[in-house]
Parts: sequence; C-alpha cells; structure tokens
Amino acid sequence: MTTYVLRGVRPYGEAPVDIVITDGFITELAAPGTGQGEVIDAEGLIALPGFVDLHTHLREPGREDAETIESGSQAAALGGFTCVHAMANTDPVADTAGVVEQVWHIGREVGLVDVRPVGAVTVNLEGTHLAQIGAMANSAAGVTVFSDDGKCVHDALLMRRALEYVKAFGGVVAQHAQEPRLTENAQMNEGALSGKLGMVGWPAVAEEAIIARDVLLAEHVDSRLHACHVSTAGSVEVIRWAKSRGVNVTAEVTPHHLILTEDLVESYNPVYKVNPPLRRKEDVMALREALADGTIDALATDHAPHPHEHKDCEWGAAAMGMLGLQTAFSVVMETMVEPGLLDWRGVADRMSVQPARIGGVATQGQPIEVGSSANIVVVDPQARWTVVADELASKSSNTPFAERTFPGTVVHTFYAGRPTVLDGVLA
Amino acid sequence: MRHLLSAADLDRDRALLILDTAAEMAALSDRSVKKLPTLRGRTVVNLFFEDSTRTRISFELAAKRLSADVINFAAKGSSVSKGESLKDTALTLEAMGADAVVIRHWDSGAPHRLAHANWIGGSVINAGDGTHEHPTQALLDAYTMRRHLRDGKGALEGVRVGIVGDILHSRVARSNVLLLQTLGAEVTLVAPPTLLPIGIETWPCEVSYDIDAVLPKVDAVMMLRVQQERMHAAYFPTAREYSSLYGLNGDRMRLLPDHAIVMHPGPMNRGMEISAEVADSDRAVMVEQVANGVSVRMAVLYLLLGGAKELSE
Amino acid sequence: MGSARTHDLRTVLSGDDIARASRRIAHEIVEKAKGASDLVLLGIPTRGVTLAHRIGAVISEIEGIQVPVGSLDITLYRDDLRLRPARALEETSIPEGGIDGKIVVLVDDVLFSGRTIRAALDALNDVGRPAAVRLAVLVDRGHRELPIRPDYVGKNIPTAATEQVRVHLLEIDGSDSVEISTKGEH
Repeated sequence: MTTYVLRGVRPYGEAPVDIVITDGFITELAAPGTGQGEVIDAEGLIALPGFVDLHTHLREPGREDAETIESGSQAAALGGFTCVHAMANTDPVADTAGVVEQVWHIGREVGLVDVRPVGAVTVNLEGTHLAQIGAMANSAAGVTVFSDDGKCVHDALLMRRALEYVKAFGGVVAQHAQEPRLTENAQMNEGALSGKLGMVGWPAVAEEAIIARDVLLAEHVDSRLHACHVSTAGSVEVIRWAKSRGVNVTAEVTPHHLILTEDLVESYNPVYKVNPPLRRKEDVMALREALADGTIDALATDHAPHPHEHKDCEWGAAAMGMLGLQTAFSVVMETMVEPGLLDWRGVADRMSVQPARIGGVATQGQPIEVGSSANIVVVDPQARWTVVADELASKSSNTPFAERTFPGTVVHTFYAGRPTVLDGVLA
Repeated sequence: MRHLLSAADLDRDRALLILDTAAEMAALSDRSVKKLPTLRGRTVVNLFFEDSTRTRISFELAAKRLSADVINFAAKGSSVSKGESLKDTALTLEAMGADAVVIRHWDSGAPHRLAHANWIGGSVINAGDGTHEHPTQALLDAYTMRRHLRDGKGALEGVRVGIVGDILHSRVARSNVLLLQTLGAEVTLVAPPTLLPIGIETWPCEVSYDIDAVLPKVDAVMMLRVQQERMHAAYFPTAREYSSLYGLNGDRMRLLPDHAIVMHPGPMNRGMEISAEVADSDRAVMVEQVANGVSVRMAVLYLLLGGAKELSE
Repeated sequence: MGSARTHDLRTVLSGDDIARASRRIAHEIVEKAKGASDLVLLGIPTRGVTLAHRIGAVISEIEGIQVPVGSLDITLYRDDLRLRPARALEETSIPEGGIDGKIVVLVDDVLFSGRTIRAALDALNDVGRPAAVRLAVLVDRGHRELPIRPDYVGKNIPTAATEQVRVHLLEIDGSDSVEISTKGEH
C-alpha cells in the first residue's frame, strides 16, 4: 500500500510536521520536509481527526432521488467527514438486521466514509413496539445508536424500555425530542413571529419537556441517552442540570441551529423549514455557548436532503430539513472558531472525538499521533468560499446557505489511510 | 404596488388611496350601467383552494364591473385535488396570460410564495391565506367604519374598535389590527386566552378577556366566527360556555354606545358568537360590509392593474 | 434626460380675458340651446369643473334659473391607462335629475388630442342618454388626434406639440391666467 506524507501540516493548528500514513495508520510524525512517501502538500494547513457525524439522512433505501449512500458519502468526504451515522427513517425503515446490514454493505462498497447505520427504536418508527434492537446490534453492522429520528419516542413507558434494553448491547437511544400533541401541524418556532405570520407554532417546551422526562428516565434506569438536534436555550439548561446530577446524557447541535434564526421564515421560503425549527437569537447564542463549554458534546449535521419539488412549493406543503455535510465545518469556523469559542482541539473534540465516543466507533476520533487510524481532515482556515447549491455533491440542493460566503475550506480528507478528497475534490 | 399580500404592505397614503378610490367606485355602482371599461382585455384568475363563495363572488363581481375577463379556478374537483402543486397551477395560469391571481389558500404565506417564487409575472392578491391575513377584508371593514363613524372621509384617528373571538386562527383579525393601526384607530382584542396567539403582547393593540368591560368603550365591535370544532382541541369547554362568555347577545349589545356599529366578516354562526337579535338589529352592518367589499375590491383591482405594469411601483 | 434646458413662459390669457371668454361661452350656450331649461353642465376634473361652475353662474345670472352643474371623471375610461401608473380617481357627480333628454355641455380647460373628450363621451354613455352633447373649452390648442371639435371656444391658441399650456384658476391656483411654457430640447 502507498505511503502518503501530509507535508508541513499543523495538527490542531500547532507546530508543523509531516504526517506519514501507511496501511491505514499514522506511522510517523516527522520533521517538516523529511517524511518519505507520496507527498501531499499541506503547508500551513491544519490537520484534525476526521469528522464524525452522528446524524445523517442518506435516504437509501427508498428515496434515492433525494440522496444515495454514494452521493451522501461524497458530500460527507468533501465536508471532511470520515464517518457518518445513517438515520433509520428510510423506506423501508432500518428496523431489522436486514436493512441495517444492507446500508452498511453499500457504505463499505462506496468506501468514502465509515457508514454506520442507526437502528430504529420502534417498529416502522410507529412508537408502539420495540424494533429488533438486539438483532441489529449483533448484525454485521454492529448498530449501537438507536433512534426514531423524525419522530419522538413519546410513550414514556416505551422510552423507558428502550433505554433499559439497549444497555445489554452497550447502545444509546438518540431521542428526537418533540412532544407530539404540542406540535401538531407545527410549522415554525412558536413566538411573536409565528403569531404574526399565522403559522402553527412549535414551542420550545415541546422539546424541553421530553428532554427533561428522558434524562430522568435515563437516570432512573441507569442508561445512556443522547439528545438529538438540541435547539433551545431551555434544553441546554435541562441538559446542564442533568449532567450536573451525573446523568449519562449527551447532546448534539446542528450547524444551522448555531447560525440561523427564525426571522428567515418571514420570507416563506421553505428552504428554511426544518425540524426542530429555527429558533430565536437567544437560543442560537445559548447553543454556541453550550457547545463551547461541553454541555452539548457534539456537532451533528442532521443532513436532510429533499428533492427539489419538496421545497419549491408553499411553506405548509414543504418537507422539513436542510443539507449540512458540506457546510458544517464552515459554520463551525464562523460561529465557534472565529469568535474564539472553540480552539482547534475543541473543534476536533466536538466534531470527531465526542461523536465517535457517543457512537461507539473505536476507529474514529483518534488523536493525531503515531499508531492512530489515519482518519484525517486537512482544512484551510484562511480560505473563503461561496456556497453554490447545485455544485454540492448531494443529489439534492436544499441548502439554506446558497450564495453565502463562508470561511474555512476542507482541502484533503483521508479515510482509513486513503485519500478521499485531495485539493477540495474527490480523489 | 404590484401585489396586495398583507395589510402591512399598505402605508397610510396607500390605504387612504384605496378607500377613496373605493368610494368613487361605490358611487359609480349606483348607476344603472354598472360596468366600466377600465380593465378590458385583462384577465383575473380567482384561484380558490378553499371554499369561500362570498369572497370569490365579491372578487368576481368587482373584476367583471371593471370589464376584466374572470376565470374561476377552484381547487376542488380540479387538477389541484389530484395532486398538482401550487407551482404547476401557477405556471398554467401564467401560460394562460393571467394579469392578476386572486388567491385563497389554506396555507399561511402561499400568496407570498406565489408572488415571489418567480412562478408568475402577474399581480397577486391575497384573498385569505391560512391563519395569516385577509387584507381586502380589512379594507372593506375600514371602509365601512369610515362611512359610519367618520362621514366617509379621511382616516380613522381615535376610532375605537373591539375585535372579539378566535383571534388565534383569524386572518381577518391580523389584517384588521395592522390596517386599523395604520389608519390611527385603537384596537382591543377580546378572546379567551386559548384563542390568542403567543406573543400577542407585541401586537399594536390592547388585549382583554372581558367583553363586558370593552363594549361600552368602542365605536365598532367586530365579532369573529368561532368554529364549534375548536372545542374538540380544548380551546374552550363547550359552545354554550363560549357563547355565554364571549358571544354578543342583545343585553351585551345595549352596553355599546348609541352610535356604535356591529360588524361580522361572515359567515355568521348565529347563536354562537352572535345572537339573532344582534345580527338582525339596525346596528348590524353586515349586509353593507358585503356591498362595500365589491367597491373595495374594484379599487384594489384598478390600482393594481389599471396602470402600466413597470410603473406601478 | 427629461429636464428642460430652456424654460420660456408667456401669458396668453389674463384673468380678464378668462372672465370675458367664460361670459361669452355662457351666452353662446344659452343662445344655441334656446334657453337654459334643459341644460346640464358637466366639468371634467379638475379645472373643467371650476370652469363649469363659473359658466353655470353666468347662465343663472342671464336666465334667472339655476343650471345643474356636475363633474365627470374620465379616468376609468382613458385609453392610455397602461402607459402610466394607476391614477387616483376624481369625483364624478351627476346632478340630481340626471342627463336623460338633457343638453349636456362638457366643459374642459384645454382641448388637445381629443382623447379626454372621447373618454368623456364613453363615460357619459354609461350615465344616461342626453338629447345632445356639446363641448366647451377655454383653450383649443390644436393637434387633434381624433375627429372631435369644440362647440364653444374661449380662445384658439396655436401651439407647438412640445409646448405646454397651463391654465390657472383662482379657486385652485390662487389666480387666473393661461400660460404657455416652451420646453427646451430633451
């Protein structure tokens, strides 16, 4: 196998080295200019452990018109990811060993990122019967994260059972916290603006009440809970309180909830329709702070591709969700790195180490040192780029950031010792 | 002005221009020949995704009085109910050369989307979108108040208006609050707390839960339709209780000052938000509201379509 | 560039001239109508209405009976609506008694292309059926684009097409005069 040398790169933005990669591992951190092998110029660029996404909708099987495991993997690699967790709300739902193994196999064939299937908590996401959690855990896919994402496991008893049951497999229940009765037909954040626009509101309490209930359940049954796409300042407070009690809870925040606010809904452009909805400025600031102080453990994209016709319509008819893989790093640059909320080790932690730990992916999130798996992303914090929706690798184009100029580009991505992206294009 | 999507699109001068134009239209409508040649050769499409016979025929009559060609496109039984999207419907209307689309849609913001998504080139008039707005209703209400309370002239400075009922789901209330504020009136909303939207304190109006305290202090009271189905979603316990706490009956009507008028956008729920005695009393101006609706919609159609497209800003 | 380089103003009718012309028109109207009993004067807003009231007052003075005077807004009947932004409407007020069987005299300040009068005739058609329609104008400046001619003219003033004729009336403008302004090259 070829030996690669990332020449002159700065791990975590620190002193430059040559990272030597052989047979999937980092075999040497050499003095700049001294590493031997196929040289890839990375002079002045920053190396981080490859990003790990806990929350990706790859849409395959079922909605291959919106995304496939291949196109989603390409978007992930271009976004600096070396591992994604493929959400279970496909068609058919990933609620059996057969479906998760299929996703896992295709992911391996594509070979651009580690595709880790997420298993459904309940059969067909219906919230009534537990899915075959054990079979999925023991399948070739080795599922550890279980989620009905898109729907909330709202039945308290079922949630309790799920939290208990996954303990046998070292699993975690990733909850989409949304009290269904409080959010019937909800279209946007509930507040003065929803009242003005005449839209059914999605109140913060509908998220916070479920997270509060679930952290108490997790504590009671001594299990692991992960809160998906936390979107409100109140949820942050609940999680902070639970962690201070020693509850085994982790949480993620999406890039869009770190940067976009509800006032965009005033355009009635469904590209801004997402679940949970865009919130207030105060929420955005609280989420940034929580990601900085570790109350929120990880960034997760909630990359949600939708075909054009599901967004090129009136608001109420539109699908919820936004693309995220290729813009995630830039959003973190703009909202966390540039304002000084996270340094490069912090970025590595929130985008790689923590999500790998939560997802139980041993080969990911390893430090940049000799002996680690060579999952590495090389970024250029000085560069700026402008998002062009149609040029993204996703089969869909529903990015809320079209025409927006961001700091930070992904230059090279190495997955399992092989380059998947070189100089910003698929290798 | 190219579109009329929200009462917030109207500043004071524009709102008054529409009311003054409507007054001239009303005068012309008293003649034996009611038709005017103004919009000859123009095509107005009534695109109604929700049933609303009264609003549709009001717009239809207004357009026909101005000699426009009118196409009624009802979603029910059409390609729309077979799954055609708003976009495809819009492209069809554009291909047919619609100069204006009057749209009624169940989805808040659909007219805004139609006007701004580059699907069509013509004017868009919001004839009621979801629980958002119904600007021509607010205009006809203001016109009616001005006739009764301000001798048909000027704005509505100092006019006190009570709007009672299901504010949360009411596009009429939203548009009225915006327009009445623009015209200088003072609005008090009256409803049970369950039927007021979150954030109501940011609206430019007062809020009360007590209709009896408000009635003696208003020049006009507007009763909103309350759907009985709302009680199933726990907005109020029973129709009877709603009616006794918030309905306008004869005794309550006598709390109003002598000059005050009673309005209702229709269709009325007699016995629910308004009693038969009130609805049939001489303070009730509902029939006049309907007639004024035609004049106001003629004014809006004329002002949007009567001039050069590129110059109408 | 639309702004005029030269801007030459000259007065072609004084206040006295306007008063004399109005009186003469009033006399001619009565003479031709053989009295004032069937007359209705309809001014075309804005200044035509003022002139109609003045002429009506003179006729009342001569004949000793009140002549009905009203206004006829022609905006909604114009043929050039699509060339300009939508305009605010002026008042239309048809005197009680209507116009059926009456001799209607349309009164306007300046007769130019004739298109306004064409629109007025259309508007009149929707109001009723007069026995006859006549036209009185303070100034006929020529350049007709339609086969329309006035029955009563205050003054014929030959003009260049680029010139502007401005009628000022006391009730609206504070003083009476008719001026011609010559716009320079565009």
